[in-house]
Amino acid sequence: MAYLAVALGGFTGAVLRYLLSEWMATWHGFPAATLLINTSGSLFLTWFYTYTMERFPIHPHLRLGIGTGLVGAFTTYSTYAVETWKLVDARALGMALAYATASMGLSLAAAGVGYRLAMRQSRLRWAGEGEGEAP
Amino acid sequence: MTALFLIGCGGILGALARYGISKWLGERMPISFPLATLLINVSGSCLLGLLTRHIALWFPAASPGAMLFAGVGFCGAYTTFSTFAYEMTMLWREGRFAVAALYLGLTFVLGMAAAAAGLYL
Repeated sequence: MAYLAVALGGFTGAVLRYLLSEWMATWHGFPAATLLINTSGSLFLTWFYTYTMERFPIHPHLRLGIGTGLVGAFTTYSTYAVETWKLVDARALGMALAYATASMGLSLAAAGVGYRLAMRQSRLRWAGEGEGEAP
Repeated sequence: MTALFLIGCGGILGALARYGISKWLGERMPISFPLATLLINVSGSCLLGLLTRHIALWFPAASPGAMLFAGVGFCGAYTTFSTFAYEMTMLWREGRFAVAALYLGLTFVLGMAAAAAGLYL
């Protein structure tokens, strides 16, 4: 069952990545689609893993299917690395540097936002439950 | 539709390979460094580099379809940016800043070098 969950998520994540990258393509040669995919995926995965671990436990297979399968397959490191070298090949060194650092910086910042959001929601849930309890 | 099917099937294999390797390594090497994701991203970047350069030579009759399956589907799903970002956040949360810096540096330098090796060597 765990493998089936990862497989289903992997199919969906890869197809979503392709559809989004076909739809957005590149902006004047800048691989904006992959940047958006990796940034949004990092935000969602960190939020999802933190939230489901800290405060809202879900079935392990669902967590695996969405986290490891879907979001793991949606985001990609290999495309990021090859696209960076393609920009270097095209003599767009400034764009290559901007793409390489923006992907790292924005994805890590987005993951930090996802983490803080999940922790904030966890605290609000704790506080909300506490109100109904007898003193 | 064929394109989506090829990518999806590559995605299944890529996600399963990533899951299998992480599970296998996690059970055998109980170290608190995200070695599995590092190995996956480095090897996947090298493979995508190789495919990008040689696919027309390897599959002269069907290179667009083979690239959708093996490149976009498999390599794309096998490697992951989100797990890397999540693991960085967890290292940061635990206050292991030196390990986080090492993980970031190794992922960037080895990942880029592996892609270049596949593309140009």
